[in-house]
Amino acid sequence: MGKRIIVDPITRIEGHLRIEVEVSKGKVKNAWSSGQMFRGIETILKGRDPRDAHHFVQRSCGVCTYVHALASVRAVEAAAGVTIPPNARLIRNLLHAAQFQHDHIVHFYHLHALDWVDIVSALKADPKKTATLSENVSNAPWGGSAYYKEVQQRLQTFVDSGQLGPFNNAYWGHPAYKLPPEANLMASAHYIEALRLQAKSAKMHAIFGGKNPHLQSLVVGGITSVRDLNPDRIFQFLHIWKETQKFIEDVYIPDLLAVASFYKEWGAIGGTGNFLAYGDWPSGEKEPDTFMIPRGRVMNRDLTKVLDVDQEKITEDVQHGWYAEGDPKHPFSGVTDPMTEGIKYEPGDKSRFLFWKTETGKYSWIKAPRYESEAYEVGPLARVLVAYAKGNKAVQDVVNSTLKKLDIPADALFSTLGRTAARGLESVLIGGVMDDWVMELVENIRNGDTATYQPWEMPDEGMGYGLNDVPRGALGHWIEIKDKKIKNYQYVVPSTWNLGPRR
Amino acid sequence: MEPMEKNRDFYEKLEKKGVSRRDFMKYCSFLTATMGLSASYVPKVAEVFAAPKQRPPVVWLHFGECTGCTEGVLRSMYPWIDELVLDILDITYHETIMAAAGHQAEENLHNAVKNHAGKFICVVEGSIPTKYEQYGMIGGRSFLEIARDVCPRAAATICIGTCSAFGGIPAASPNPGGYKGIGDALGIKTLNLPGCPTNPVNLVGTVVNYLLMGKLPALDNLGRPLFAYGKTIHDQCPRRSHFENEEFVEEFGSEEAKLGYCLYKVGCKGPETYNNCAVAKFHGGTSWPIQAGHPCMGCSEPNFWDTMTPFYEEM
Ligand code: SF4
Repeated sequence: MGKRIIVDPITRIEGHLRIEVEVSKGKVKNAWSSGQMFRGIETILKGRDPRDAHHFVQRSCGVCTYVHALASVRAVEAAAGVTIPPNARLIRNLLHAAQFQHDHIVHFYHLHALDWVDIVSALKADPKKTATLSENVSNAPWGGSAYYKEVQQRLQTFVDSGQLGPFNNAYWGHPAYKLPPEANLMASAHYIEALRLQAKSAKMHAIFGGKNPHLQSLVVGGITSVRDLNPDRIFQFLHIWKETQKFIEDVYIPDLLAVASFYKEWGAIGGTGNFLAYGDWPSGEKEPDTFMIPRGRVMNRDLTKVLDVDQEKITEDVQHGWYAEGDPKHPFSGVTDPMTEGIKYEPGDKSRFLFWKTETGKYSWIKAPRYESEAYEVGPLARVLVAYAKGNKAVQDVVNSTLKKLDIPADALFSTLGRTAARGLESVLIGGVMDDWVMELVENIRNGDTATYQPWEMPDEGMGYGLNDVPRGALGHWIEIKDKKIKNYQYVVPSTWNLGPRR
Repeated sequence: MEPMEKNRDFYEKLEKKGVSRRDFMKYCSFLTATMGLSASYVPKVAEVFAAPKQRPPVVWLHFGECTGCTEGVLRSMYPWIDELVLDILDITYHETIMAAAGHQAEENLHNAVKNHAGKFICVVEGSIPTKYEQYGMIGGRSFLEIARDVCPRAAATICIGTCSAFGGIPAASPNPGGYKGIGDALGIKTLNLPGCPTNPVNLVGTVVNYLLMGKLPALDNLGRPLFAYGKTIHDQCPRRSHFENEEFVEEFGSEEAKLGYCLYKVGCKGPETYNNCAVAKFHGGTSWPIQAGHPCMGCSEPNFWDTMTPFYEEM
């Protein structure tokens, strides 16, 4: 039996997560992931007006704003048999893609980077050499030794003040940090630039969504921001889109490759086997056939075949969750019945000796979703692998050229490195088509089509689901309507797939 | 350094960053106006940003929340978020951005509270389950335990978002965890900046007010600063004349919607909602919900998830 270590809180995420690992000979042998908070939004939704649901569920996550609202209106539209007008589809696609651009940048620089980038080591860098490095690897619109000197000075002042704020008491100087001081300075500068860039790029959401986070222009039947479909607003949107996309191509990707080249051993660490993508961005009424990013499954790392996805085969299990006992259930018949007493953190197993013998074996608020009893990874890597295996040319090209640039084998994709790279690569691809959608929108408006909403009526009864792919992965919402009210509402979110307990 | 000299230095730096003195003064003016202060305060506000002697320590707690309020603040443009983090505040504990995790993170919290007792600003995001404490835990301690430990030792507790202010979405009926806002859960007085999420301008305005005057701004009976929450949305709404003329949107996407008529009949809660969205707007004046053609949902009012729903029905 190895040494057990608890990391709680896991920081630089949304929500409250605890990870426990068993370490033996310097390697993780076993791990337990535990969601530490229960709010009960599924319970709160019962009996409410289905039109209101998207506002409630959008509050599931403020980092991944918008995406739950989108899944929710799609679910209600499916239940009510509503087809939204093309302009509404385009605006939703644009907002959704803008969320990817924004969220992936924030994920890389502000949530993830501090695991790779040593801010304090940046103080030792030679600004001149940093400028040369930066010129060699990236097309950043800023740079030069004066620029890097100033950034370094700003960090120095910050450190000298003795008030290290969010960088206090971290792991600076740890040998696991592999970047030389110059790369650290470059990345630190871009951390700061990206902070500012993300604030700007969220304006895309404000233009057609009123604000960010928690946009307020979606409704079941379409979108409300019809007055923003004018040349001024559309141009403003395009302008910010361009600046964001340029950042992704000229700064984010080069930084990603530069950092990755020092962490190649992570190409053999942190890989899983099964991958699930719902796909997204419809270009017509037929879903998922018209999706830009395809739906599919890859099992056991076998990229020679892509399996189909049938939502009926999805279940959630609560054996290790703090919920009343019950069999695995499909979301339409899903139950959220939290325990009210005896809630103890007991990672292990009550019936088997496999991991640990504990009284309840319960250790998380997260349920355990499965597809035909199998666990799946969802997210950027799943999407990229499914598209790759499906023969998507754009994805294959960018993946192959990245592998070549980094000089790593194809199975390095199944790893932390592969996952981190996939996030960046899909940002380029998804962001790269947004201007086409804008042009399509402009064409429609020019031809006199300004419809953004399809009037509809609430059915007395109905069932529907919305399956999206969102920055963190496959997201599904399921609703049952009875007497025009919500009878049951269940959602299975990406982090449930990725961080759920055993079953 | 003399203040004048310091200022000059500061403006030089700004200029290098591509921010002209004019732009900077513009945002100080905007902030001063948002705070409800007269124009004579603009230079003083500028000074707060220009020359903090010691950056005021901030402990930011996350409880039952979605991190939307944090994300809102990350979008701050008055001043920019990197300036807030690096040059103006000392954000010693903040789960979403801090590098440290686990024990090291908890140590930061412990030390900040000990070393800056009575001096740090505590910002709280999210509400607290009081019926079932185990519904919210961090590092083995319940939200309630942490709040009881930290909040009373702060110079002030600022509740950002409707959750920490009044309970918010986890407290919506039937409130499965018995969630409550911080003031309610602890029986203390808090400054409340409700909103779902809160406009970052209102947090910055509150903090600047504090740094400038050494005290918190004037509050209404719900603990909300009057400068931001003194008037209803309805009273400041650019669609108000349509309301008076009885020109209403009755269906989204309609001609009336395209004309920007009043949203009252599709459920607008502006008449009962106190906030400054209509004038402060979001993202440097880019938009706000009613401008985007969507009714106000009353998100800064206590219990709005119950009292303002169904959202799309006339009040
Ligand atoms: S849109 Fe709402 S806030 Fe504006 S005038 Fe109409 S009812 Fe009042």
